[in-house]
Amino acid sequence: MESLVYVALFAPFVGSLFASLFGMSERQIFVGVVASLLLFISFLASALLAANLYITGDVIHITMMDWISAGDFNVAFGFVVDQISVTMMTVVTLVSTIVHIYAIGYMDHDKSFNRFFSYLSAFVFSMMILVMSDNFLGLFIGWEGVGVCSWLLVGFWYHKPDQDRKDNPSISPSWAANEAFIMNRIADLGMLVGIFILYWNTGSLQYDEVFAKLPELSESVLVGAAIALFIGAMGKSAQFPLHTWLTDAMEGPTPVSALIHAATMVTAGVFLVVRSNPLYSMEEVAGVSMFIASLGTFVAFYAASMALVERDLKRIIAYSTLSQLGYMFAAAGLGAYWIALFHLAAHAFFKALLFLGGGNVMHAMHDELDLFKMGDLRKKMRGTWLYMGFASIALVGLPPLAGFWSKDAIIETAFNEHTYILWIMLVITAGMTAFYSFRQVFLSFHGEDRHTALGFHPHEMYKFVLAAMFPLAVLALITGWFMSSYKEFIYKIGESVQYEMSDHTHHLAIYLALMVIFIVLSSITFAYFKYARTGEKAWKRDEEKEQGFFYKLLINQYYVPKFYEEFITKPYAMISEVFWTKIDLKIVDATVDNIAKFFYATGDKTRSMQTGNLSNYLNWMAVGAMILLGVAAISAMIGLGGIDG
Amino acid sequence: MIGLSHYLILSAILFSIGLVGILRRRNILMLLFATEIMLNATNIAFVAISDNYGDLTGQMFAFYIIAIAASEVAVGLGLLIVLYKRHGSLDLDDLASMRG
Repeated sequence: MESLVYVALFAPFVGSLFASLFGMSERQIFVGVVASLLLFISFLASALLAANLYITGDVIHITMMDWISAGDFNVAFGFVVDQISVTMMTVVTLVSTIVHIYAIGYMDHDKSFNRFFSYLSAFVFSMMILVMSDNFLGLFIGWEGVGVCSWLLVGFWYHKPDQDRKDNPSISPSWAANEAFIMNRIADLGMLVGIFILYWNTGSLQYDEVFAKLPELSESVLVGAAIALFIGAMGKSAQFPLHTWLTDAMEGPTPVSALIHAATMVTAGVFLVVRSNPLYSMEEVAGVSMFIASLGTFVAFYAASMALVERDLKRIIAYSTLSQLGYMFAAAGLGAYWIALFHLAAHAFFKALLFLGGGNVMHAMHDELDLFKMGDLRKKMRGTWLYMGFASIALVGLPPLAGFWSKDAIIETAFNEHTYILWIMLVITAGMTAFYSFRQVFLSFHGEDRHTALGFHPHEMYKFVLAAMFPLAVLALITGWFMSSYKEFIYKIGESVQYEMSDHTHHLAIYLALMVIFIVLSSITFAYFKYARTGEKAWKRDEEKEQGFFYKLLINQYYVPKFYEEFITKPYAMISEVFWTKIDLKIVDATVDNIAKFFYATGDKTRSMQTGNLSNYLNWMAVGAMILLGVAAISAMIGLGGIDG
Repeated sequence: MIGLSHYLILSAILFSIGLVGILRRRNILMLLFATEIMLNATNIAFVAISDNYGDLTGQMFAFYIIAIAASEVAVGLGLLIVLYKRHGSLDLDDLASMRG
């Protein structure tokens, strides 16, 4: 079993190294194939580990080697395969395998094909370290690793020039990559502080040792650690106010968006909270947990509202990711950790499917993402239409698809905890999700044909790409059916992850679910009548409405990016300018320059001593000897120096 | 009576003569001789002080210096012969080729 752990962890790393050997050369199909195969091996190993854990219930805990050993500080490269990490491992490797195969087709015209695969596999390796590590430091290494890979992949098309914010809200791939990286650094500082607090007070970084000592700690320490760790989670999972990077990260290639910015990396924050559930489920930090739930609910609502008016296909899916992450945090904050984790897995499957479908559309439309320029694509892209429609049904949560079971459980949890405000907001968000998801489907695949007039001739994606997406569709369908066996599986971890609805909620559950289904269905119907009809009743762009206050507020993302630019980026640039011209150039640089100039001038002046005449040199030598003799004589007279001084 | 100070004064005078020779002469052969004078000046000082303290180390040192001075003269003269064959002169003012 131990070797399986290593196979699962290192197969992506080998794939990355292999692909990097060909990083500078021409596109080679076998590079993509080998990387995908290695990931598939990693997936098989993870699945075997999951099956073993399910049957025997034995948690595997291995220590590969000592890592840092300084004084009392000891950290080992240790890995743990328990119910939480094995869930993540299976989801991550499965989605990555499919995304790798997809990328072979999607990136086929890109000249940096090989480089892409080396980055993508490196990302999977970092993600595996993140989820498998048995200590906070290993988690942090993986955390930074996925950050770097995300930066490399978002900025993959770094050669694209910057655009004005009005034409492209994400400006350019390299700008978006930097934004994502810098915003995550801010949050990572919080996380690092949290790790320091825990180490300072427990003397260890191992999860089990830290969690065992939690009851001895004072309330302020616990609250501080919980807040600091959650700040880290906020950055990685793009929670308000650190959320703007996620939609801008859509500048990256679509397989990247599907893998990193939907299925895996952005869920790392949720994973962190779930992993630290012994901390967050303590009485003392109930306030922090409530804050997490409230923030999650707020983000779910906030992101969904922005998606209502967005025109960019990928940005809509990004908003929905943001919104679903909010749902996960709502569940985790309310104590239903296993429901959060289950929604994470289900969401990974259908959201990756949705993104890959979006990638097909983008590929067909030559990178055009504006929904207003599409319409009636279903006749030309039947397979993609079916996949995206299916994934949208899973996303909005209609039974019997995956999204229904997990999302409904979250809404039920909010009801069960008597946090009715959260509950109402989550229900409204579900309705909004249904509307914007199907608005997007109807605008792109139904309604009037708007793209032919604009000169687009879309074509369906390669057959093998569509075939590779099929497992995701199956999973988007069936994942929810295994909810009760998953519950049984994860309950073995211990009490802190167990969460049961009260009897009262149980009785009402069916009515609550029916109510949500009704809201969702009516939203879809509304979207259908508004956007999907053809002929006289076809949807027309309403320019006047687009000048309205709410429309402008939403399309500008509540002016948050504008606010950041005006009140953070610009003042920072101004201060930097002052520091550069006034302090750096005038003081730091000037000091260094003057020292150099002094020596240069001295050399220049004394150069004339070098006459090339030996006699002159000897004279100078004698002068030097005289001076030394004089110094020695003077210091001997006044009692300085000398060996016995 | 000739005491230690007489020897040391002689040594200092010889050393100064050698130094002036090094500083003033232009002929490399003369420079070599001046160096020998300076070395022998130190030899005198060594031997005199050694005799004064009854310690043989100084006299041993003088022998070392004599041996080294002899080999130095051999090597130096050899170099000078090559130099003379190449340039036809031993005057330092004519030999300055590395002006900075």
